[in-house]
Amino acid sequence: MSVLVVVECDGGEVKKSSLEVASYGSQVAQLLGTTATAVAVGEATEANLAKLGEQGITKVLYDAEPRLKDFVNGAYTKLIATAAQKEDSKVIVLANSNIGASVGSRLSVRLQASLATNVVELPKTDGGSFLVKRGAFSGKAFADVKLEGERKIIAVKKNSIEALHEAGKTAQVEGFSAQLTDADFADAPKQVVMQDQAGGILLPEADKVVSGGRGMKGPENWSLIEDLAKAIGAATACSKPVSDVDWRPHHEHVGQTGITVSPNLYIACGISGAIQHLAGVNSSKVIVVINKDPEAPFFKAADYGIVGDVFDVLPKLTQAVKELS
Amino acid sequence: MKFLVCISNVPDTTTKIAFTPDNKEFNKAGVQFVINPWDEYALTRAIELKEAQGGGTVTVLNVGEADTEPNIRKALAIGADDAIRVNAFPKDAFFVAQQIANVAKEGAYDVILMGKESIDYNGFQVHGMVGELLGIPTVAPAMKLDMSGNTATLEREIEGGKEIVQVNTPFVASCQQPMCEPRIPNMRGIMTARTKPLKVVEPIGDAPRTAVAEYALPPKKQGVKLIPAENAGELIKLLRNEAKVI
Repeated sequence: MSVLVVVECDGGEVKKSSLEVASYGSQVAQLLGTTATAVAVGEATEANLAKLGEQGITKVLYDAEPRLKDFVNGAYTKLIATAAQKEDSKVIVLANSNIGASVGSRLSVRLQASLATNVVELPKTDGGSFLVKRGAFSGKAFADVKLEGERKIIAVKKNSIEALHEAGKTAQVEGFSAQLTDADFADAPKQVVMQDQAGGILLPEADKVVSGGRGMKGPENWSLIEDLAKAIGAATACSKPVSDVDWRPHHEHVGQTGITVSPNLYIACGISGAIQHLAGVNSSKVIVVINKDPEAPFFKAADYGIVGDVFDVLPKLTQAVKELS
Repeated sequence: MKFLVCISNVPDTTTKIAFTPDNKEFNKAGVQFVINPWDEYALTRAIELKEAQGGGTVTVLNVGEADTEPNIRKALAIGADDAIRVNAFPKDAFFVAQQIANVAKEGAYDVILMGKESIDYNGFQVHGMVGELLGIPTVAPAMKLDMSGNTATLEREIEGGKEIVQVNTPFVASCQQPMCEPRIPNMRGIMTARTKPLKVVEPIGDAPRTAVAEYALPPKKQGVKLIPAENAGELIKLLRNEAKVI
C-alpha cells in the first residue's frame, strides 16, 4: 500500500504545483506509515522525474506512450486508475488544476473513492476519521470535510503547501504501461493552442501576480503593469470589466467567474475590489492595493496599500525593485 | 436534440457568509438565493443551440428541496422548456451526480451541461462523476461549444492555453466564460414560465461519501498598512524585509 501522487509535467519539467502535491503526498505517506509513489502525466524526462526524490517520493511510474503528452481525459483516468490498483493505493493526491479536477472526479467513481478538492492543509487522522480542510464559499470560508470509505482522493490547492526540498535525494523511475488502446484516446484534443503569457509565467501557477483594473484607463497603459511584473517575476492579470471590454484576454481575468488564484503576493492596481473580484483572489497570502480612491473597498482586504495614482506609483515601484537588485 | 442543464441554488454573490452557532451548517437567514452564475452560461448556451437548430428541448434539473423552485422557474423564464427537481438536499457531489446520471439515463439526453463549479461549495467535481457514471466523455471546463449534427466542438481550458476537442453525443460539459452572454428573463418569459411543466422526483442511489464536520471563517486581516504615495518605493522594501514575498 502506498500513497499515489499524480504529477503533471509540461515540456519535460514537473509543474511547480505538482512539486507541492508531491510534498503533500509524501507527508501523508509518512502520517500513514507508508511510502509515496508518483505517476507522471504529460511530457517528462527521466532525470526530472528522478528529482522528485527531493520532495520525498520514492518511486515514479512513467508510461512513455507519446500520445500522453497532451491532456486526454479518458487515457489519463485509465492510466492513474491502473497505477492506483498496481500500488494498492488507498490515498491518491493530485493538483486542484483543470487536469486534476477532470481526472479526479472520474477516478472517484471508477475507484469508489471519496473525493475532496480545493484542499489547503494536511489531513487530520485522529480517532480513525480522515478530515481535510478545504476552501468553500469562493474563499470566504473553510470546511473540514470527513472523507468516508476505504479509498480517498485529495486535490490540493496551489500555493497552499510549501514544497519540500531535500537536495540530492532521488526517486527510482520505473517504466510502466497501462495498456492504453485507441479507444482510450477517443477524446484526444484535435489541437492544443498555448496562449502568450507575459514573461512566460502562467497565471494559475504564479506565486506573484500584478493585476490591473479599469483604473488603468486603457490597454495602451498595460506596459506599466508588465514592467513591474517583469521586475519581480510575476504573472499579469486583470479584473472582469477589463476582459469584458477586451483590453486584456479572458485568460487573464481573475475573480469569481474567472480564474481563482492564491499567490504569495497579489498587487491590485486601479481595481476597486468588487466582492466578485475578491472571491477570486482573497486567499492570496499578501495583498497590495494601489488606488487613488481611499474609499475603495479593496483596502479592507489588503495588507499593504498606497492611496495614489497608478500612473505615478507603478513606475516608482518598478524603479525601487531595480534598485534592490 | 435533447439538452439537460443542471443548475444549483446558491447564495447571492454578495452574501456575507455566516454559519449556525455550532458551525455545522450555512446560516440561510436573510440570504437571497440565485442560480449559480457558472450554470447560467450552460443554460444560455443550451437555449442558443436549441434555437440555432430550430428544434429540440432544454430541460432544467435541480437537486434541491422545494425552496429552490423560484430559481427553477427563473430558468424556465430564461427559456428552458421544462424542469425536473430531485426532491433532496444536495448532500455532496457524489450524491448529486448520481441523481443527475439517473435522470439523464431515463430521459436519454444528448447533451448534459452544467457550470464549472458552484460558488458555494466550489467542488468542480460533478461533471466528471456524471460522465463516469454514464460511461460518456466529459469536457471540463469548456469555454466554447458548437454543435454540428451529433458532433460537438469544444474549447477546453488548460493551464496556459486551450485544447480543441471533438466529441459525439452523448457527452457532459462543464461551462465557463466566455461561452456566451448569460440571458436575463423578459416579461413574456416570466409569464410563460408559470405554465411550463416542473416535475418532482424522489432521490435514488448510494449514501454520500463526504460530510462537512465543521465550517470556519478565515482569520481576520490585521488591517491595511498605508504607505504614502510619494514614498512608494518603501513598499518594495516592506515586501522584501517584512512580508518576505519578493
